[in-house]
Amino acid sequence: MSHIRKQNEYEKTPAFYFFRWLGGEKDAFVGNMEMHPQKEYVEEEATIEERMRDRQQAMTEVYDRAHNKELIFFNKLYKALSVIFCIAIAAVLIYAISYLPSVGEAEKPTNNIVSETYIKDGYKDTGAVNVVTAMILSYRGFDTFGETTVLFIATCCVTIMLMVDKDKIRENKDSNDRGFEPRNDAILQTVASLLVPMVFLFGIYSILNGSMSPGGGFSGGAMIGAGMILYVAAFGFDKMERFFNENIFKIVRVVALSCYGCIILYYILTGAYGMECLLPQGEAGEILSGSVTACTIYALYALFRRGGL
Amino acid sequence: MQIFNVILLGFLVVCAVSVSFSKNLLNSILIYMSYSLIMSIIWILLESPDLAITEAAVGAGVTSVLFFVTLKKIHALQQAPEEEENDEPYQKTE
Repeated sequence: MSHIRKQNEYEKTPAFYFFRWLGGEKDAFVGNMEMHPQKEYVEEEATIEERMRDRQQAMTEVYDRAHNKELIFFNKLYKALSVIFCIAIAAVLIYAISYLPSVGEAEKPTNNIVSETYIKDGYKDTGAVNVVTAMILSYRGFDTFGETTVLFIATCCVTIMLMVDKDKIRENKDSNDRGFEPRNDAILQTVASLLVPMVFLFGIYSILNGSMSPGGGFSGGAMIGAGMILYVAAFGFDKMERFFNENIFKIVRVVALSCYGCIILYYILTGAYGMECLLPQGEAGEILSGSVTACTIYALYALFRRGGL
Repeated sequence: MQIFNVILLGFLVVCAVSVSFSKNLLNSILIYMSYSLIMSIIWILLESPDLAITEAAVGAGVTSVLFFVTLKKIHALQQAPEEEENDEPYQKTE
């Protein structure tokens, strides 16, 4: 049985205080604590001089740098030991490398049954000609999903640290970073207008063709992200916002990542029970992880440049 | 081909050492970019084009651009010494 409490009774409960604090109606600390804004530390001329004098005094009189034999000896020993230590580590590493098998040797310990199985059954199991793609997206799809999630979380953290309010961006538009650059640089714009379409095309090609040829989701996405950075550097954020803004970024990131998670889950479930997989393997995962990567790389750049997308 | 490999590896060592010895941060980033480019050529020679593409796009391209932006934000990109005395190191051209 539940009954509705009276208002004045409810106001005494901890839940009321908690929700009032959560809603931001009343800050529990305001009025109850002494709070002062931190003053900016300004160093006076006299204190700087005094500090320099103190330091000089300590160096000459207390430590007696010029004549203290122990200190001089320690400094020389420190330098000599650090050089010896570096050379010793390098020697040990080079000695260890000389025991490694040479590249392409047939009897290498890594040429065992695992890689043989991947190369032999890769096409049959996954339908991808490129063995690297077969490994990354099918045999170790769960790993790749984790990597994409790490990228997503990294962007979230950077956003929390670097994001600036939208109003502030608008206020400081002229005093922004962009003001310190040559605007409408003819060379940069001409080169960018030639290069950006090709970079985009090559990125899309290597995403779509990842199961046939080298390249794939991550490298194709990185290429598209780099192309977007080039476009922004040449033409500015205003033109960029015509086809890529914060809302599109949010939608692409969340939708692509959740679809990717569903596909990986589907692969794992069908694979675990030995069922036949209906989806074409590889392609969809490549496209989704590629779009997440491209967005992430561009977002990092935009956040560093002006604190917002 | 063997000689080409050795030359590339030599470049790699020279780049790696000179990154840590260069005093100018801008120079360090440029040398780091060339390090990534040489590394991607070496990946191609080792027959792993997937890694080469990723290294060229991420290592040489995006990472260096992010370094440049960071250096500019913290005002570490200095101009030539004779121009340094000006109060505005970055002059607006409008």
